[in-house]
Amino acid sequence: MIPTLNLRTVVGLLLLLALLLLPLYVELTGSRFLLTLFTRIVILALAAVSLNLLLGYGGMMSFGHAAYLGIGGYAVGILAFEGITSGFVQWPVALLVSAFFAFVIGALSLRTRGIYFIMITLAFAQMAYYIVAGLARYGGDDGLTIQKRSQFIAPINLSNKVQFYYICLALLCAAIYLVWRIVNSRFGMAIQGARSNDMRMRAIGFPTYRYQLICFVIAGTLCGLAGALLANHTDFVSPAMMYWTRSGDLIIMVVLGGMGSTFGPLFGAVALLVLEEVLSGITEYWQIILGPLLLLVVLFARGGIDGLLGKARHG
Amino acid sequence: MVCWGRRAMAELLRVEGLAKRFGGIVATDDLTLGIPEGELHAVIGPNGAGKTTFIAQLSGQLVPDSGRINFGGNDITSVSMPSRSLLGLARSFQITSLFLDLSVLDNVALAVQAHAGHSFHFWRNARREPELRDPARAALARVGLSARADLPASALSHGEHRQLELAMALASRPRMLLLDEPMAGLGPEESARMVSMLRDLKKELTILLVEHDMEAVFALADRITVLVYGRVIASGKPEDIRNNAQVRDAYLGEQEAVHG
Amino acid sequence: MTLFIEQCLNGLQFGLLLFLLAAGLTLVLGIMDLVNLAHGSLYMLGAYFAATFAAWTGSFVFGAVLALGATLLVGMAVEVIVMRRLYGRDHLDHVLATFGLILFFDELVRLIWGAGGMSLPLPSWLNTSVRILPGVDYSAYKLSIIVVSLGVAAFLYFLVMRTRLGMLIRAGASNREMVGALGVNIKLLFTLVFGLGAALAGLAGLMQAPILTVQIGMGENILILAFVITVIGGMGSIRGAFVAAILVGFIDTLGRAYFTDLLRLTFSKETAATAAPALSSMLIYLLMAIVLIIRPEGLFPANSK
Repeated sequence: MIPTLNLRTVVGLLLLLALLLLPLYVELTGSRFLLTLFTRIVILALAAVSLNLLLGYGGMMSFGHAAYLGIGGYAVGILAFEGITSGFVQWPVALLVSAFFAFVIGALSLRTRGIYFIMITLAFAQMAYYIVAGLARYGGDDGLTIQKRSQFIAPINLSNKVQFYYICLALLCAAIYLVWRIVNSRFGMAIQGARSNDMRMRAIGFPTYRYQLICFVIAGTLCGLAGALLANHTDFVSPAMMYWTRSGDLIIMVVLGGMGSTFGPLFGAVALLVLEEVLSGITEYWQIILGPLLLLVVLFARGGIDGLLGKARHG
Repeated sequence: MVCWGRRAMAELLRVEGLAKRFGGIVATDDLTLGIPEGELHAVIGPNGAGKTTFIAQLSGQLVPDSGRINFGGNDITSVSMPSRSLLGLARSFQITSLFLDLSVLDNVALAVQAHAGHSFHFWRNARREPELRDPARAALARVGLSARADLPASALSHGEHRQLELAMALASRPRMLLLDEPMAGLGPEESARMVSMLRDLKKELTILLVEHDMEAVFALADRITVLVYGRVIASGKPEDIRNNAQVRDAYLGEQEAVHG
Repeated sequence: MTLFIEQCLNGLQFGLLLFLLAAGLTLVLGIMDLVNLAHGSLYMLGAYFAATFAAWTGSFVFGAVLALGATLLVGMAVEVIVMRRLYGRDHLDHVLATFGLILFFDELVRLIWGAGGMSLPLPSWLNTSVRILPGVDYSAYKLSIIVVSLGVAAFLYFLVMRTRLGMLIRAGASNREMVGALGVNIKLLFTLVFGLGAALAGLAGLMQAPILTVQIGMGENILILAFVITVIGGMGSIRGAFVAAILVGFIDTLGRAYFTDLLRLTFSKETAATAAPALSSMLIYLLMAIVLIIRPEGLFPANSK
């Protein structure tokens, strides 16, 4: 049950520890901005964890994963707009709607393979984007402001930034653990087998479609949760959350961090967003470095950060 | 009680009028064949005769244009590939098709898992389940790969890959094995080992063996079918096939010339 | 009725523009098996180059020609520097690497030209209407887009069907290894094909510049449509891209034009205005979904396996 103590795991756990202690650091140094940044990092790491399950372990290259950030976010936003501010209603709705869309989109997309799969998931995400941008009542292109964050029972108060941060971090840790268990279970083995050699899986008796579909739904639902959190964090939702390039950002996080590894998505989210902060402090054209960086990772360091840590051991 | 003489009753696999074309090429041409339970039936023929296409249609990878396939009394012509495996029809691949990024044991355990009910179990660590690991180890022991169990499948030699292929096919406890050139690329020692393994398996399973290695074929087969351009040109006991003039001309003559 | 004819012409014009974009994409996909997300960036560069060169030289046409050349050069440079290392790799690697290129080019454009976008004004001799039918006036420029695009389409047809290069392209689309085995200089062929695709994208970009937009991110918006067209038409098939592009052009244009009116019957003006483009986009994606389910190879598949 205990994960093997190699460098990758140790670094991962240390990182989680650092994240746990962050509010203390913020308290001591007074840099409130760090708390905001890292709340965002934690939330997007959760989204990356969900994509890692789908892409890293399942081998399903969905280019429409950001759609679930939007779906979860808009579930919260729309309900808040209509006067339903209870988190006990909003969050389950966000999860259910995400699961539903993931089921429908997955059911159709998984009938295709390779480049076609990439294209069709992309297309569906764009459809969701256009639908949401077409909802005049909820702001359309301009987005929707959320007046009040999701309400739960006292003492839980999401407007308290430190509390909110810890809730997000707790959910992230739970998600990492959940995905770890799923991946090593029978279901996880089926998914990994399907990624490794789908034909062989079917030849030995696995109807792979249904397992991949359920994996798709789990990943979408988890991302919908991240979307609900994001909506609360920014007090705002807009169609831009689900534009296909945002899906690309998530994919970058997963690849940069190391696909198909436990802490990869966390490494990737931290690395990308911290890099973004640091580089944008140096030049406003920092993305000009990010592009080629991604290229280099793809060409030379396919295993991402996790891969590099894995190799470091064997030096 | 099963009477081996009464073929019609004891046939495990029956193929009737199977046909398949790819554009202008006829891969399978009105193929009819019956294999009784317990038999080791070899299918031979020159390259391009459609042997692999035949196995692909039997396992469900390809859909025939016409014809019927009957397995264990059920018409499986339109049954999906996973379902055929669950009915007891297992297959090995001519070109190694394994889960190269998983361990050798994981590969075989997956084959066991496929037949151990559904896989909607999300919590328990599958690698610690004796219901999956024990039969997997047993299958590996059967083919002689126990020592390599924990290595990644990609680390194995070609010969060991062929053994793993066989282990995976066996792990699903099939009624019938479709073996597509299991000796492909094996040296003399490895081939001999494979032959003796197949001889053992004969006692418990029905086997359809596609092979080029004539020594192995004549050593193992109860009956042989010869395929040329997708048609059956001869089918019967090994001695009859060996003496069949048509077969000689089409195929065995070539083989003898090659083997001198 | 005249409005309908005008909308049909708009649909045709948009479809032809999309064809130019999709043709390059499908060629590269079919022959080099390369998924190039950065194709939209070349489209964007075509527009920016044209706006810049036209301003420098004072001539629209001259600027356009220079822009075409510049985009061609950039395309070939990208092929040599980046794409060559991607051939034979997983499609996932292509998607990631070319996505990185998108980020790079978007920032590069922002660095050089600023974030504000540009405009490319039409010269007076193009900024008129032409009477194509009694009572029907149509923009001369849009008409010239149609003419030029059809000309390019004819040129492509001639190139692919009647020249040696075209034969290699067709052979490569259905069987890549064979072409290599024929002893053809594959590297050069690939560079040329990619360059051709880049030039087509650049042409589409510069032609739409005066009437639509010249801004960062314009490539991303239209790239999806180009891919959808490629999927519907069949990867590697120029003929398929042509048919699919015209189809998509019509659906999109007529959809936007008439859905607004249709929706206004039941909904408010505001709702209709925002919902109409959403619906017409959805229709296109729906079409692609249907094609993928019924005939995944596309309407005119290039390889007859």
